[in-house]
Amino acid sequence: MFHVSARLAGAAIALTLAATAPAFAQQLELKLMAPAAPGGGWDQTARSMQQALVAAGVARSVQVVNVPGAGGSVGIAQFVNGAKGDGNQLMVNGFVMVGALAMNKSPVTLEQVTPIARLTEEIQVIVVPANSPIKTAQDLAAAVKADIAKVTFAGGSAGGVDHVMAALFAGAVGADAKKINYIPFSGGGESLAAILGGKVTAGISGLSEYEGQIKSGKLRAIGVTSEKRIAGSDIPTFKEQGIDLVIANWRSVVAPPGITPEQKKTLSDAVEKMVKSDAWKEILKQKGWEDAYLGGDAFADFLKKETVRVTDVLKSVGLVKS
Amino acid sequence: MMDTFAALAHGMAVAVQPMNLLYALIGVFLGTAVGVLPGIGPALTVALLLPVTYKLDPGGSLIMFAGIYYGGMYGGSTTAILINTPGESASMATALEGNKMAKAGRGGPALATSAIGSFVAGTIATVGLAFLAPWLVDFAVRFGPEDYFALMCVAFVTVSATFGDSPVRGLTSLFIGLTLGLVGIDKLTGQARLAFGVPELLDGVEVTTLAVGLFAVGEALYVASRRHHSEEKLEPVRGSLWMTKEDWKRSWKPWLRGTMFGFPIGALPAGGAEIPTFLSYSTEKRLTKYPEEFGKGAIEGVAGPEAANNASAAGTLVPLLTLGLPTSATAAMMLAGFQQYGLNPGPLLFAERPDLVWGLIASLFIANCMLLVLNLPLVGLWVRLLAIPQPWLYAGILAFATMGTIAAKPSVVELSMLAGFGVLGFLMRRYDFPIAPVVVGLILGPIAESQLRRALAISLGDPMTLLQSPISATLLALALIALLAPFVLKGLGRFKATED
Repeated sequence: MFHVSARLAGAAIALTLAATAPAFAQQLELKLMAPAAPGGGWDQTARSMQQALVAAGVARSVQVVNVPGAGGSVGIAQFVNGAKGDGNQLMVNGFVMVGALAMNKSPVTLEQVTPIARLTEEIQVIVVPANSPIKTAQDLAAAVKADIAKVTFAGGSAGGVDHVMAALFAGAVGADAKKINYIPFSGGGESLAAILGGKVTAGISGLSEYEGQIKSGKLRAIGVTSEKRIAGSDIPTFKEQGIDLVIANWRSVVAPPGITPEQKKTLSDAVEKMVKSDAWKEILKQKGWEDAYLGGDAFADFLKKETVRVTDVLKSVGLVKS
Repeated sequence: MMDTFAALAHGMAVAVQPMNLLYALIGVFLGTAVGVLPGIGPALTVALLLPVTYKLDPGGSLIMFAGIYYGGMYGGSTTAILINTPGESASMATALEGNKMAKAGRGGPALATSAIGSFVAGTIATVGLAFLAPWLVDFAVRFGPEDYFALMCVAFVTVSATFGDSPVRGLTSLFIGLTLGLVGIDKLTGQARLAFGVPELLDGVEVTTLAVGLFAVGEALYVASRRHHSEEKLEPVRGSLWMTKEDWKRSWKPWLRGTMFGFPIGALPAGGAEIPTFLSYSTEKRLTKYPEEFGKGAIEGVAGPEAANNASAAGTLVPLLTLGLPTSATAAMMLAGFQQYGLNPGPLLFAERPDLVWGLIASLFIANCMLLVLNLPLVGLWVRLLAIPQPWLYAGILAFATMGTIAAKPSVVELSMLAGFGVLGFLMRRYDFPIAPVVVGLILGPIAESQLRRALAISLGDPMTLLQSPISATLLALALIALLAPFVLKGLGRFKATED
């Protein structure tokens, strides 16, 4: 049924795109898995890729399949077992999957997939309500050092990027990360209400999610997690304020295990071509995603390092038993 | 106030442009269609349409999305009433009385009261959206975890209305639901509970799977088992196909009360559409002049919840438009729709793009009228479904339920759960346990638990936080009154009786 409806929409898309796709389009017919329900970041990434891959003439058709469940644990299991050796399949994933797999003791790991490329990242931000006495990251650091239990952080699901970031913040300012009082909410919406309502000390989220509230003055951003200050922004980084906290919510794309080097090259080339297309740049601008393209072995290395870092943090806060 | 009128009039001018009318029509049509199918909800539809609408102008496609959203709320009730298969969890309360009415040959009035009730509620709630949004959102933001927990307490006390005749059996059912609610990753600690190493269980039990399994599959099995005992005669139509004067008289108050529940709770960031429908159902059951009809097909029990779920859809748009806060899956997709055009809903949107916001609100009125026009003539057609011979009808229901479940989650585990819940539903029917409380427990249990634990985490474990918040204290007092009032009244009644 799902496939029927997807195909119906696919047909509609194909109709609109048939006219726009250049004649030299390769004959790639891709199946792209979003291991999450429609609407979230991975689903949007997958659908944006679908749009850009076809518009850039890299693929003839792209079918997006949603396999929701447990931070991607269900999707990756299906992907690794069901798509083995298939050079026409891809799966979107990202930071959250690293933690989810560790916490759910998933039998399938990211070591089994074939890394293709990191695509985007979203800068993270810590905000406080406009009337909060906390003005800077150092104020928050002082509060955390004074009594860590009294500083409540609101953010997304347990073990996700927001949670890891709260632990890293505590660690970076010299407090005991194990004792952070992190309150997970489902989705940015609910946590935003808790922050605006003054129920918690601070909120953690992707910058784009809170941008409207920051601009309108209802929330105060006390720091962003990028390496350097974002062009044209007056929000200082944590690094500028003397706190070593650099983290980003990255999203990437991987291929199934057991594909041939030629198949891997075809997929990597296709993704690289897509990333350089105007259609992709346009989408990034609309969605407020940073281009964080990193391909080949560099991405494979990055993935390994990130897995170690996240797993260590989750162990330190007791979410993963060592 | 005058500003609002002027802005709304301007919005109307935007919305009645022929192209925008067409988008609204496509939206409500698609919405009704996906609402009828269990599993394919409005969120998935909007997700599939996003890339297609990329080239359209922002106003038009947002109007279409809003049409889908409203349409989905209309469509979900049709299957709930006719074949006891709620298309959306928000239509579950409608199935309770609606399907009983359909079986008694009153499917026509049931569909009509739900369509008209949805229209009335949708219209009132949209007026509320236009005039009260800024004020309401301030209130909604002040709702903290402890207040949500108190709201859940009120809901728990009132669900006894769905218990049927025996409180013991009702409570048994409720606890089955609460247990099912524990399955999956604990939201606060990220640890798995009762998942038995099955990854598909980590996200918990899907409400629609449970509802469709218990209601539709369970019923099909039950009917099959009874087939040779006594032929239950289904009458497609008895009496008028349309609502009688009596029906109107009994419907209008529930419509209004349902709206009063649906709109404000829908506007709460974690309110949702299910809770107001339960509250409305139990309120109508308490206030009705025909209590003997409840459980056998009382029109109030359809009119109230239907109005409530449509009003909550409008309520959801309050935080979306004023704060950029998506509070349902569909709202999240609409947010993605806004962002596709580089628009950020939130406090600035009303100021920056008034034409868009007010055009959207105005087109909600239009979508509502279209839905009424679309749905009322279909009533006659829909009811004829019931004339299909039972074995065919129930075979169709089984196929329909299975397809819907696979559509939502393509997995063997999910399908096995559907079958398992079907057997559970059959056994519960066979031994006379009410099934609604199971679903209620699954919906309310996890919310109540995580909100209470959040509240306690914020207060560092001090339970007094539940009484210190004025909203929470008020709601808890209400819950206490609702819990004790029946006993007190009974006591008074007995006292009076002895005095006589």
